[in-house]
Order: sequence, then structure tokens, then C-alpha cells
Amino acid sequence: MKRVYVNEKWCLGCHLCEYYCAFASTGETDMARALKDIRINPRIRVEECEGISFAVSCRHCPEPLCVKGCITGALRKIDGIITVDRNRCIGCYTCILSCPYGAVSPSEDGAIQKCELCIKTHEGTPRCVLGCPNGAIVFEERGE
Amino acid sequence: MEYVIIGNSTAAVGAVEAIRRNDKTGKIVIISNEKYHVYSRPLISYLLLGKTDEERMKYRNDDFYSEHRCELKLGRTAQRIDVQEKRVILDDGESVSYDRLLVASGSSPVVPPIPGLEKVRNKFTFTTLDDAKSLEKALFENARVLILGAGLIGLKCAEGLSKRNVEIICVDLSTRVLSSILDDQSSEIMKQHLEDHHISFYLGRQVTGFKDNVACLDDNDEIPFDVLVLAVGVRPNVNLIKDIGGKTNRGILIDERCRTSIPDIYAAGDCCESMDISSGQIKQMALLPNAYMQGECAGMNMSGVDCIFDKAIPMNAIGLFGKHIMTAGTYTGQTYYESDGKDYKKLFYSNNRLNGFILIGNIEKAGIYTALIREKTPLDTLDFELICKTPGLMAFSRETRAEKLGGVINEYLGSPVGISCVE
Repeated sequence: MKRVYVNEKWCLGCHLCEYYCAFASTGETDMARALKDIRINPRIRVEECEGISFAVSCRHCPEPLCVKGCITGALRKIDGIITVDRNRCIGCYTCILSCPYGAVSPSEDGAIQKCELCIKTHEGTPRCVLGCPNGAIVFEERGE
Repeated sequence: MEYVIIGNSTAAVGAVEAIRRNDKTGKIVIISNEKYHVYSRPLISYLLLGKTDEERMKYRNDDFYSEHRCELKLGRTAQRIDVQEKRVILDDGESVSYDRLLVASGSSPVVPPIPGLEKVRNKFTFTTLDDAKSLEKALFENARVLILGAGLIGLKCAEGLSKRNVEIICVDLSTRVLSSILDDQSSEIMKQHLEDHHISFYLGRQVTGFKDNVACLDDNDEIPFDVLVLAVGVRPNVNLIKDIGGKTNRGILIDERCRTSIPDIYAAGDCCESMDISSGQIKQMALLPNAYMQGECAGMNMSGVDCIFDKAIPMNAIGLFGKHIMTAGTYTGQTYYESDGKDYKKLFYSNNRLNGFILIGNIEKAGIYTALIREKTPLDTLDFELICKTPGLMAFSRETRAEKLGGVINEYLGSPVGISCVE
């Protein structure tokens, strides 16, 4: 299946992927208006330190520890994509304790959030990929 | 192939899902003394709190059993196993034959032998949906609820009761709250936090007896109460295996393929003891993620695919009144520590390995620490100083990062948690 892959060689550390991610879930049409005065809480996060930067989002693991450990059954893997049923999540954060990539985080309302490859908001390529100005984030299939 | 599963909770679901990956046609029979569709046990405190309901407590969708083609025998108790005939005998005399049997019988709350307990009115344990429902019925405005045990179950129960307009008093033999997962200082932080939310504690005290609905403590204090909750621990349900001569200790003993000592009988979940790889000790780790993964491992092996689960560690994520705690592993070795009196972080390490950690408050990316313990990552292969301060992939080498983020993730390779990544 297609996944999001990052290449830190090309990452500018501009954080635009984070803004596109946050924008994708607003359902608005104008990015500037949608994000004005908002402190964004994106599902993809750039790590940076001493000139190195790269974005991290859910790897959609074939053997996902977050799904296996989920105490409510809110996290499920459907057609290869790990999604969360926010209605069932009670915010125990066992998934945050389980994810080896640090790719799950709390959302504003207490339920967890994670990259769902934009399947709930858009069709096609995830918004972080479309918004990356330097091709450091790609959406492709790699020899599985 | 005929599969029989005794139990209908997390480990059973793990097993069913694994069996159906490999065997679409075999017969699966699930036997459980509870009459419910599989539900998440830890959610019973959230039910009391009003944060969930019975519908949303379902651990799997309504069509789970039909989709996985399971035959249910609910509200029935497995009384014994006939090893010779390979049959499970139920309470009404019916017997169910198996080729492979999974015992996922869970655990039962410990009822301490305290004099006078039998005469206490309105006493409850707190591990099942029925427990929560009966407790809820006994509540009334301004009731005094005495909880025996300030561990995970007792305190989640306390939180569950906190919006019910009742007075909550907690007694524990230990001088610390959450003594099984926290050290002195982190425990003190949580105690303060809980007291700020109107839970009162009698710690380091023992209830020596009850005079009707008055608890007498070892220092002669007396606590009158209306409702009693017993939350002093759980005991694995081992009898089915013990009765047929299978190896048991406090829990059923299993190997890394989740096999018991008896051929074609597997066990998984809270009824078992297993190897904690962070300490090298065999222990009872009654934790939901381990239950699922043991069940899954058992199910794989039962359906003919060799599978090892050898990565169990103690791990707990628990929130209480908005404050989140995450702990994992074993608390031995040197420590890295930060705290501002409200948030807390302590990492324990020795011999080039992370052994365990305690986090309160800032729990961001905690799974990166958990992975270091689970994978026994040599600490000299990463920037340890950096990862202590900030868990992240940045602390790994450029090559490791490239593998983790750019690589192809391996499909199933033996261990169900062996997520390894190669370019």
C-alpha cells in the first residue's frame, strides 16, 4: 500500500506539512483564514535539532502495537490504514505509550489523534505531501 | 479443526483474530460465564463517570462473532477439562470437544479474609460490568464510599465515583498510592493531586475488622461507611489447568508460544504468568496489551503458524482527574530525573539498556522510551542525553532514522511485536 515517507536530506524544517495537516482537518477552503490565531496541533510533527529536521507521522505498521494495545477497540486497521473511532476513544493514551515512533498524540478534546492519510477529509494524496515545497515527503508504494 | 476458547475478553479476541488469519473454516467455540458481547473491562470506571456507555464499551463491533464465525456459549461456565477425551465439560453437563483449547479465563478479585466482612452491607468488587452496575445501584447522595486499595483499580473506581456526589475514602496497607507502579516521589505527587480532587486517604493502615458498616483500622481509628469497594488485587483463575495437573504458580505457566504444560492447551491473558523481559522475571502482568498479544500468539500457534511472543513488559497508561501517568519496565539501575513538583520524569538504566520509566504530566512520545525497553536497544547506539530530555527519533543515528522513516516495514516475522524495519 501507499505510505507517507520522508527524506530528511530534503527537509527544510519549514513546518508547512504541519500547517497543511492542521488545515486538512478544518474543512475550510482558505488556509490563512482557517489557521489564523490558532495554535495548531498537527498529526505530523517535525523534529529538529542542530540543523537536522524531518517530519514524523504514523507508519501504519503491519503489526501495529497501538491497535493491539488499544483498550477500547477504538483503534482499528482497515485496508491497511490505522484509524481511530473518536467516539470510542476515552483518552487513556495506551497507544501513546505503545507507539515506537511517537506518532500518536492527544487532541484538543482528549481523544487521541494520528495520521489517517487524510482518508476522512480528502481524496487522493495526503495534504502534508501536497504541501511540502521540497519533495521531502512523498506518498508512494515501496516494495512490499 | 475445532478450536475452543474459555473466556470472552481481550485475549480471546486476540486469539480469534489470529486464528481467522490462518484458518477460515475451522470451528471456533467461545465459552464465557459472562453474558455480554465482548466489552472493555477497564472502561467500567468510565461508565460510572458517564464518559462512555454500554454500546461504546464494546471492544469489537456487533458483527464480530458472525464475521469471525464464532459459536458462542455465553452465561455458561467451563467446569473441567477432560484431557483424554479432549473435551471441555460445562456446568449443565454439556461437553464441547476441541483439537486446540485456549484458556483465557482471566482473573478474579481478591476478597481479603477480614473478620466481619460477611456482615458488611453494600460491598462490591470492581472488575466486571456487572460489578459496576451493582455498585451504581447502591449509590445515593452523600453516601460514604470506602475503597479498600489505592492501586490502579481502586483509584480508577474513585475517579469513576467522583461525579456522583459521594464522599470517597481510600485505605491501603501501603504508605503510597499506586505503589505497584510509582516510586515515593511520584506517588506523593499523585496523592496530592487526588486529595485536591477530594479523595481522602488512610495510607499505611490496615482494616483489621468490620463492625457492620464500620471499618476498624489497626491504629484503632474507625471509619463508618455506606458502600464498600474491595480493590486489593486480582488472582489469576488457574483452576481449570491446575485441576488437570498443568503447571501453575500464582498464574498458569506458559512458554513463549503461550502453550501450557499440557499438549494442545494454550493459555493467555490475566490467568497467566509470563516473562517480563525488562527484569527477566516470570510474573503476573495483568495488562490489556499483553493479554491481546498473548491471545494473538496463542491463536497463531493454535492455527498452525509458529509464533513467539517474547516481548512482554509491565506497562501502564493511566489518567486520573486529567493527570496522565505512563510507566513501563523495571525500576532498577541509575536514574535520569526531572520534576517541577507537578510533572515528573524518571528513567532507569543500567548495562547500556533502558530498564524502565515513570512519567507524570508530559507523556508526549512516551512510546519511544517503551520501545527502547522492549527492543533492548543498546543506549550507546543513540544520543542518550538527548533522548532523556526529549524522546524522539532525532536521538537515533541517521541510518536508523532512514530505516525507520523511509524504509519498508517488514511483514510478520515470528514475533507479533517484532516490528523491524529494513531499507
